[in-house]
Order: sequence, then structure tokens, then C-alpha cells
Amino acid sequence: MDQPRTPMVFKSPVIDQVGVVERAKRFTSRSIKSEAKMRGLEMVLSMIDLTTLEGMDTEGKVKQLCYKAQHLHDSIEGLPNVAAVCVYPNYVGLAKRSLAGSGIKVASVATAFPSGNSSLEIKLADVSMAVSEGADEIDMVISRGRFHRGDYNFVFDEIAAVKAACGEARLKTILETGELGTLDKVRLASDIAISAGADFIKTSTGKIQPAATMPVTLVMLEAIRDHFQKTGLMVGMKPAGGISKSKLALHYLIMVKETLGDDWLDPKWFRFGASSLANDVLMQIAKQQTGAYQAANYFAID
Amino acid sequence: MTRKNSKWDLSPAPEGTGHISLKEHYGVFINGEFQTPDHGNRFQSINPATGEVLAEITESSSQEVEQAVAAARAAYDGEWSKMGGRERGKYLYRLARMVQERSREFAVIESLDGGKPIRESRDVDVPLAAAHLFYYAGWADKLNYAFPNRIPRAIGVAGQVIPWNFPLLMAAWKIAPALATGNTVVLKPAETTSLTALKLAELIQEAGFPPGVVNIVTGHGDVGAAIVNHEDVDKVAFTGSTEVGKLIQKSIAGTNKRCTLELGGKAANIVFDDAAIDQAVEGIVNGIYFNQGHVCCAGSRLFVQESIHDELIEKLKHRMGTLIVGDPLDKNTDVGAINSQQQLSTIEQYIEVGKQEGAEFYQTDCDLPSDGFWCRPTLFTDVAQSNRIAQEEIFGPVLAVQTFRTVAEVIKKANNTPYGLSAGVWTDKGSKIFNMTSQMKAGVVWANTYNLFDPTSPFGGFKESGFGREGGLHGLSAYLDF
Repeated sequence: MDQPRTPMVFKSPVIDQVGVVERAKRFTSRSIKSEAKMRGLEMVLSMIDLTTLEGMDTEGKVKQLCYKAQHLHDSIEGLPNVAAVCVYPNYVGLAKRSLAGSGIKVASVATAFPSGNSSLEIKLADVSMAVSEGADEIDMVISRGRFHRGDYNFVFDEIAAVKAACGEARLKTILETGELGTLDKVRLASDIAISAGADFIKTSTGKIQPAATMPVTLVMLEAIRDHFQKTGLMVGMKPAGGISKSKLALHYLIMVKETLGDDWLDPKWFRFGASSLANDVLMQIAKQQTGAYQAANYFAID
Repeated sequence: MTRKNSKWDLSPAPEGTGHISLKEHYGVFINGEFQTPDHGNRFQSINPATGEVLAEITESSSQEVEQAVAAARAAYDGEWSKMGGRERGKYLYRLARMVQERSREFAVIESLDGGKPIRESRDVDVPLAAAHLFYYAGWADKLNYAFPNRIPRAIGVAGQVIPWNFPLLMAAWKIAPALATGNTVVLKPAETTSLTALKLAELIQEAGFPPGVVNIVTGHGDVGAAIVNHEDVDKVAFTGSTEVGKLIQKSIAGTNKRCTLELGGKAANIVFDDAAIDQAVEGIVNGIYFNQGHVCCAGSRLFVQESIHDELIEKLKHRMGTLIVGDPLDKNTDVGAINSQQQLSTIEQYIEVGKQEGAEFYQTDCDLPSDGFWCRPTLFTDVAQSNRIAQEEIFGPVLAVQTFRTVAEVIKKANNTPYGLSAGVWTDKGSKIFNMTSQMKAGVVWANTYNLFDPTSPFGGFKESGFGREGGLHGLSAYLDF
């Protein structure tokens, strides 16, 4: 064995679950009123990845989603656009054309989403297809089975290979925290993904419950913060699934602000993976402006 | 105040004050009635966040103390000590429910009068006060079960003197076990924070307690001394400074008065290199900046294992930067006003001492309101065990950080203090926790958390942090003869 002997230098910090839950709860006691609320709601809108990831997706559905992304609620002026539209690879080209000139990014899931159970070749081909169709962002899944077996090098290498295949596209790495079991593992997976080159770490596919929670997201934000403090490099965060109400989304933003700071309050560094959140935010914005809640039927459901 | 120019500032979110009622002047509460003494001596209770006068409080004379003790004695000799436990329990349950029902009013008054953030008075002080009343109400008719094969008997008249840091909560800690065990009470709140005790007196009146069971006299230290030294007081319970605790012990020496004292502290909060570091940072913040550090069990001495010192301090500074200091009534405030000008001067003196002793000084850069009494969250690193800021209780938002290398070393250093009220241990290893907790000379040792309270858990000190326990069964036995 000619391998060089090196000390084991990589160790993820331990996580105290009780402490994390308590801290996460404290963010929800922040009171977000008037101007701060309006500003926060606009930020939430601008950070949404409008998503459709159904087996029954059609071209029509994707077109409708892309239209909605650019016309959230035309009766309110000055609304920001969402950050991105997230689709399967075969709809990337269509989404790209539909969103042309809007500045809205096209994100594509890839790597045998949502299970990730395939060979590396097929996963890379999946990524290449989405990238060649024009995807700006790739949402990959990690191999949770290998992760649970302790095959961390495999998980690391796979993410690094996908990152290389992404080219210019930004890579979001989905940990599928609902399958990881403990916050210690969430932290370890976050550290692996970040060090393997992920531009974003993301909680969930949306296909597994529980999806994003505040404690899980907090642990991931702390991993991002520690990485930034060590290297000066920013990594983005995307909680996905389970965030459908404005109030909860605002609490997430408070958590981002207090954990990572203002620099992350930007669609470039923070996203919500959500489909029904947008309308709740719109409803709240309309209420802030008019003083009255409008019926849900006034907001289009694409 | 929030830091300005950030990308997303929180708008003010003040809790309303329209729903509270405060009188312009409060008399003393004796024999079930509010009385205004003829002498007319009064002092002002101010809002430490603004300097505004909230109400005028009676400076009791020895005559009022006399009357209060006499009323308590008459109530004790009358129906209260003969009343069945279940009946006593009913009164306490009623009081507990009324505190809950009026919790919003109590929380707002507590924050107005004492300067603590509404988040804490709303989420900690008032609910815990109610929880103590409920807990001891439940014991009132079960004393024989609490102490099997012994015959518990009430002691008589309890003279109780409480501090300004948790005014309502301390009143509940004192009154609940005393009444549950069949004693009667003369209580003196601290002079800067009498209002919630007087509001509690209103509830006691409304709840229909027999007259004289609880009497509340207000004023400064000499009023407390008059209660403690009154010959018809059978039991003294004091929470406050070690200095006054020593005076009390001297003054009651030779009497057969029972006594419990809950005094100062200089708790060691110990973080090992295997701890969950972000959660430990949170615990450090809760340990020292909770209630502006006006906490006898505050984790004011931080011991960090040397290998994680720099990382932990960087994280701690980051977290301190997110603490919002300002209007106690704003729901987003984390650190409120210092309780009084006097306390602020004390804290500022200690900060000067720390700088002169050569410790490295750090404060957050948040804006402070122009009126009132304020102190930014403060940190001293490079502190030595021989520094005054590591030895003396500051009772403010000032943390003294030391490092250590081995378990044996940190145990020695942590116990190297005249105090022994509380301690904290942060490690991922269960075995280490048990090793530490069995060797810390402190009444309460928290593991991987800090400043967590529960009425079922006894609280009290070792060494010069006092003796006797409050809370739990131990808290009952402090008010019983066997």
C-alpha cells in the first residue's frame, strides 16, 4: 500500500436536536409588521422556485406555469418575478423558450430524480441533457442509500462529478433530509455537498415527508455559515416542500437573516421550493395594500 | 434598537398598554385591604426604559409592618391554619387561574416596571409564576403523602423579601409554598419593582382569600429589615444579594426563626470541545443575556476548552450581533433596559474594572435609546481566575470568558468561587455530563441547556449562594415543621 498516510481531518460538528428545535422556535417569535412585512413578502416572492414535478406534467402545464411566473398577479403593480421555474429535463427547452427575456431562471431536476437510484453515467447524461437544453440550474439528488451505508466518498465523488457536468449551470444538491433520520446526518450530508462543490444545498424533493422544516433548515444554514467563515465562499440554501404559508416563509427569512446575514437575503442565495406559497404571499400583499383579504378565487392557480 | 441600514429592518412591534390599569398611588395591602398610611411617605416607581413615572408607592413605616405582621398572625391563628388542605388548595388554584387570565396585563406591567423584554415577561415570568401557583396548589391537600410517616405542620407567619429581577415570579415562588402549607405571609417586593406584587394583591383580594393571609408592604431595605427582625415572624425567606443575606443571618442569630436564603451567584458555564457548538452558543447567550443578566443563576463565567475557543468566540460575537436591544415592550426586543440607574452604574464600574484588569473587551455596536438605562451585551475574553470580573457578581449583561485544557482543571476553576448556585455543562458525551454534575458544587447544574426552570425542580445554592430550596418537595419542606 503506497497510499500516503494522512490524519483524518474531516469531522462534522455534532448537533443537539433539542437545542436546534428551541432556536428554530425562537425565530417564529419575531413579530414582522407593516413595512417589514411588505418588504419581506416581496422578497419571498422573488425567491420562489415555481415548481411542477409531476408524472402527469404536459407541455401545456409547463407553459401555464411559465406564464404565471411572469404574471403573478397583474392587478398589483410592481410585483417582482419569481426566481425560477423548476421542471423535469424534458421540459427545459420549452420552459427556456417560454421564459425568454424575463430574467427568470430555468431549473431542472436531474440525476434520476427523485430516488437517485441509477448509475453515474445515466445521471450525468440526465444532467447533460438538461444543461444542453439551456437549464440555468440543476437540482440533483444525493444517493441516500450509499450515504446510509457510510459510503461518504461515493456521495462526495458523485456530487463532484455532477458539478463538473453542470458547466455554467448552478448546482443545487438535494439531501432529502426526510430520509436522513437525524440532524447529525443532515449536517454531515450538508458538509459533504458543500465541500464537493454544490452551489446550493436543498432540503427535499417534495416527494417525501417530512420535507423542509425549520430545524433541518437551520442545521443546513449553520453548515453554510461555517463554510463561509472558513473559506469566505458563499453557498445558497433552498428549503423545499411544506412551506405554503407566508407567515412561515417570513420566519424562514428571519432565520436566514439571523444565521447568515443580509447578504443571503437575495434570490441568488436563498430560494423557496414551493408551488402554492406564491398565491398565499400574493393574498397577503393584496391585504397589506387594500386592507382586506380577497377570496382565493381572485388568484390564479397555475 | 435594530441596527440601521440593514437590508431588512424589522418594523416596531410594540405590545399595547391600553389594556392595563395602574393606580397613581398604591397603598399597602394589609388584612385584605389596601391602606394609605397617614404619614404620606411615598416614592416613585419609574419605567427604566424611559424614566417616566409609573406610580407612587408607599414607603411603609414600622407601624405598617407591625400591622401587617399582626394581620398575618391573626389570620394564621384564625381560620387559615385550621382550614383543610383542599380548601387552601382551592384558593391557590383560583389565584393561579386569575394570573393566567390576566397574564397579558401582568406581562406588560412587568416589562414597564422592570425593563425586561415583553418576550420574556410574556413567555417566561408570568407563565412560570402561574405554574408555581398551580404546582403548590396541588400539594396543599397531599402534604401527608409528600412526607410519608411524618406529620407536617405549618410554621406560622412567613416574612418574605424578594428582589427586583423577577418581581412577580419571585412573589409566586414565595407565596405559593407558604400558603399551600398553611402559613400566612408578609411580603415585601423590591422598591424598584413593586407593581406586579401589588397587582397580585388585587387578585388575592378578588379571589376572596381570608383577610391577612397575604400582606404586602412596600418600601426600601429598612422595611425588609423590620419584617425579618419582627419577633412574631416565624420564618424568613429572602432572595437577593449575599451581602444582605449575611446581614439577615446575623440579625436572626439566636432567635428560633427558620430561614431560607437564595443569594448571589457567579455560575460557571463550561463548554467542552465535543459540544454541539452552535447550540452551546445559544445556551451561552440565554445564560448571560437573558433578563439583561439580572439573574442570580446567570452563566456569567464561561469556560471554553482551548481548542474551540476562537471558533466559539467568533460564533458568539455573531450571535450577539443579532440581539435586539431596546424598547422592552417591543415584541422583537431580546435585551431590555437595565433595572435602575444604580444597577447601571454598578455594571459600568465592573466594565471599567475588566478593562483595567487587562481583559479583552467586546461590545455589540447596536444603537441604544437616548433615555433610560441601557447596557450593550458585553464580552470579556482573556480573563484570569484572579480578575474581579471573574470573581464578583456583576448582575448585568457581562460575560467573562476563560479557557481550560482538562476536565480536572475546569472543575477546580469552576468550584473556585464563594458562590455555588448554578452551573452549565456542554458536551455530547453523557458520561462526561454525569462526571461533571457530580463534582460541581452548585445547586443547579444544567446540561446542554441553561436557565430552564420548572416548579417541580428544587432551586437553591451551595456555599454563599444561600441555603434551603425553592420549588419541588424541597420547597414545601422549607415551610413545614415535622
